[in-house]
Amino acid sequence: MKRLILMIAALVSCFSMSVSAQDTMPPAPYAYRQLDDPALEAKAQDLMETLRCLKCQSQSIADSDAPMAGDMRHQVRLRIAAGESPDAIRGWLMERYGDYVSYKPEISASTWPLFAVPMILVLLAGVILLRRLRNST
Amino acid sequence: MNWRLWIPLALFAGFLALSAYQLNQPKDEFVESRMVGRQLPYFDLAPAMPNQPGLASAQFTDGTPRLLNVFASWCLPCIAEAPQLERLQREGAEIVGVAIRDRPADVARFLAQNGNPYSAIGSDDLSALQLELGSSGVPETFVIDGKGMIRYQHIGDIRAGDVPMLLGKLREARQ
Repeated sequence: MKRLILMIAALVSCFSMSVSAQDTMPPAPYAYRQLDDPALEAKAQDLMETLRCLKCQSQSIADSDAPMAGDMRHQVRLRIAAGESPDAIRGWLMERYGDYVSYKPEISASTWPLFAVPMILVLLAGVILLRRLRNST
Repeated sequence: MNWRLWIPLALFAGFLALSAYQLNQPKDEFVESRMVGRQLPYFDLAPAMPNQPGLASAQFTDGTPRLLNVFASWCLPCIAEAPQLERLQREGAEIVGVAIRDRPADVARFLAQNGNPYSAIGSDDLSALQLELGSSGVPETFVIDGKGMIRYQHIGDIRAGDVPMLLGKLREARQ
C-alpha cells in the first residue's frame, strides 16, 4: 500500500513537472476569437495560414496551439482589424524573423534558382524536341 | 559512342550528391533575429512583479550597455541559466528582464528560488515585445548598447562557457 502511494506520488509529480514547462496565462484575446467582420476574418485567416509558427516550426500559426502562435494570431487579427494590409503584416514579421517566418514562396537572392532552373529545363527540352522534329522530317 | 549521352546521368548524379550533402547538414533549429544591428523598438512594459521597476525602451539610452534577458517562470532552461546570469551580474553586467506570459506571483516565486540578477523586469503578457525583437523563444539574451541599439542575440540558455563571450560583447558595446 505504502509503495503504491509512493508510486502515485511520483507519477503525479511527473505530471506537474511537465505542466510547469507551459505557461498558465489565458490565451491572448484574439488568439482563438474571430474578428466580428467575416471579410476581415477571412483576410486574417488567409494570412495566418501562410505564417510559420516559430515554436513548432512545421506548423502555420493558424494550425498551432502553442501560446506564442496564439499571440501571433492576436497580432495578425488586431493589425488586420486596424486596416493594415496582409502584405504589410507579413513584411513586419519578415523584417524581424527573416524569410523563414513566411510560407509564401518569394523570389530572392537565395531562392531564384528554384524558379529559374525548371524554366531553363523546359526551354532546353523544347529546343531539343524542335531540333529532333526538324531532323526527322 | 556519343559522350553527350552521359550528360543527363552526370547531372542527375550531381543532383543526388547535392541532396545527400544537404541532407547531412545539421538542421539549424534557431531562428535568428534580424533586429541585430538595429535600434530597440519603442516599448513601455509594466513591472512583472511588485517591488521591481518595469521596463521601457527609454531606459536604454543612458550610455550603459545592458543585457536584456527574455525569460519566464514556466521555462525550465531559464532555471539552468539563472546561476550564469548571477555570475554575469557579479562580473559587473547590468541585466534587465522581460517576463513572457507570466503572473507576478510566479515571477516572484521563480526569482526567490533561483536568484534575482535583474535591475528591472517588464511584463510581456502577449509576447508583443518578444515579436518586436524577433525573438522566438525563452530564454534569449540580447546585448543592447548605451544608445539602445541591439548588438547581439544569444539564443537558448546561457552556459558557463558563454559568460566570458557575453562580457566581451558588453565591452564591445561600450566602445
